[in-house]
Amino acid sequence: MKEWKQDDRKRVANRRRMDTTLKLLFLAATSIGILALMVLIIDIVMDGLGHFTPDLFTNYPSRRPSSAGMKSAIVGSIYMLLIILPVSFVFGVGAAIYLEEYAKKNRLTRIFQLNISTLAGVPSIVYGILGLTLFVRWFMLERSLISGAFTMTLLVLPIIIVAAQEALKAVPKARRDASFALGATKWQTVSRSVLPSALPGILTGVILAMSRAIGETAPLVMIGALTYVAFLPEKLTDQFTVIPIQIYNWISRPQTEFHELAAAGIMVLLIMLIIMNITAVLLRNKFQKNI
Amino acid sequence: MFKRMGRKSLFILATLVLVFVTACGNNGNNTTGASPSESPAQSASPSESASPSETAVKLSGNIEIDGSSTVFPVTEAVAEEYKAVQPDVKPAVGVSGTGGGFKRFCAAETAISNASRPIKDEEAALCKDAGVEYTELKIAFDGLSVIVSKDNDFIDSLTLEELVKIFSAESTAKTWKDVRDSFPAEPIAVFSPGADSGTFDYFNEEILDKKGVRKDATFSEDDNTLVTGVAGSKNAIAFFGFAYYEENQDKLKVIPIDGGNGPIEPTFDTIKDGSYAPLSRPIYIYFSKKEYGRAEVKDFVKFYMDNVKTLSAEVGYIPLPDETYDAEKAKL
Repeated sequence: MKEWKQDDRKRVANRRRMDTTLKLLFLAATSIGILALMVLIIDIVMDGLGHFTPDLFTNYPSRRPSSAGMKSAIVGSIYMLLIILPVSFVFGVGAAIYLEEYAKKNRLTRIFQLNISTLAGVPSIVYGILGLTLFVRWFMLERSLISGAFTMTLLVLPIIIVAAQEALKAVPKARRDASFALGATKWQTVSRSVLPSALPGILTGVILAMSRAIGETAPLVMIGALTYVAFLPEKLTDQFTVIPIQIYNWISRPQTEFHELAAAGIMVLLIMLIIMNITAVLLRNKFQKNI
Repeated sequence: MFKRMGRKSLFILATLVLVFVTACGNNGNNTTGASPSESPAQSASPSESASPSETAVKLSGNIEIDGSSTVFPVTEAVAEEYKAVQPDVKPAVGVSGTGGGFKRFCAAETAISNASRPIKDEEAALCKDAGVEYTELKIAFDGLSVIVSKDNDFIDSLTLEELVKIFSAESTAKTWKDVRDSFPAEPIAVFSPGADSGTFDYFNEEILDKKGVRKDATFSEDDNTLVTGVAGSKNAIAFFGFAYYEENQDKLKVIPIDGGNGPIEPTFDTIKDGSYAPLSRPIYIYFSKKEYGRAEVKDFVKFYMDNVKTLSAEVGYIPLPDETYDAEKAKL
């Protein structure tokens, strides 16, 4: 009896030790990500802070690092976002509503679904080639803001569709049944009951997709977003540049001052990303309270 | 209930859109706000004729430029200066590489192409098929520099044959000892610009007899990667444009090259007088004759040739002799 007890105690101690080890291991796993981000931020801020001045926002690119700014790149990125946001929202959420609410669960729908999930994982440079063929060559939109924005829309659509579908799936069936029981039509049910409760999830997905879009470089290099653009695009068909491309251009120069400018550019990009992600969190909290 | 929520969400969406639109509006205001304030000044100055040397005609339009990343800094500098003269002309400069630039140029997509080597026959054929006639203009010299790390203490100069042994795809040399007996038996680490760059093409043709750079080399389109790679390793060697060496002199050592007349180090003077042969090369711009018919392109090219002497020196290249500039301008 006594031996049993001792044995038990040992086993419990063993389990406890196992528990603590695993806990520490998981903590380490979590902190690696945060640590990497901290190192990145500290490194970037140390390099870039000296160039993080109003000039960075108001000046055009220049061969002199002291007077170089990224006005055309920042404005280019914002314009792109303004085109991508409504277009991808309408098409993405529309597709998700169709697939979740209207489409019959048959083989065709499953093929659609598989296609969309596959597209979400396609490397971005492939979208660049698609955009170059489709928008630049076939639609004759040239290497313009609108070509770039449409290409990016294609890139983020699968992400938005999948996110919106998940959000729609999370709406309890009872809600739909209640709406139908009151005699509502399908569209009334979707627009007044399902969509409002799925909206926080959808918006989060959309904003995260937007932050992906402003950070992407590869497809735009394919489309031909240019590196020296000392003017703001005024029409949809004007040439443009965006923040990541400006950063890339500065990094590839020989002078260290340009590398510091690139670091300042990365700070601008990071700040934009953080603002967008915070907006996503705030929106989610706001809507969840109301439901 | 649902209706209220729908409205609320609509309201928030609307505010979101509004925030974005105002952000956009601000930028829009900036453009429209900036351009009228600039344009009266611009149109006023000719009428006041305070500066008669300025071009009196106010030009506008887009000028598409693409091509070599080596030539990019020069063209960028010219475009930047040109903005002060003709603020409504919008030159946009890309960096697709010399080959990529010619591809677009011969598809009539660009007006001017930057090139760090002359156009190839097959590229010229492409241009001809598409009906693109062009003129070539030499704009400056670049001294292709062969460099090693500052820590490298065994190389003081290299001959052309030794360069072939080090870089050629057909070379059997594995260690530095295979290159020259007095060198240590350490493995050679080769860094090279990527095959799409004009720098690679030039080195390949002039030194390697088109055999290509050895397959175990590290290739990068980004010259800074080459700088970092070589600076960190005693046994590494690379070649790239003079401007990159100039900016990284503290980390790198440039190798004087013996082209038959004793070892010569690339400097401003040896590149300019041509004694740093065969690795000093001219760099070019090509412009389409059809596009040259547009007043703004014509004016830009003229401005380019009038100012490239000072501007190319400023960004780390070596200007051509004055008589060469005169000869090039005579082609316009």
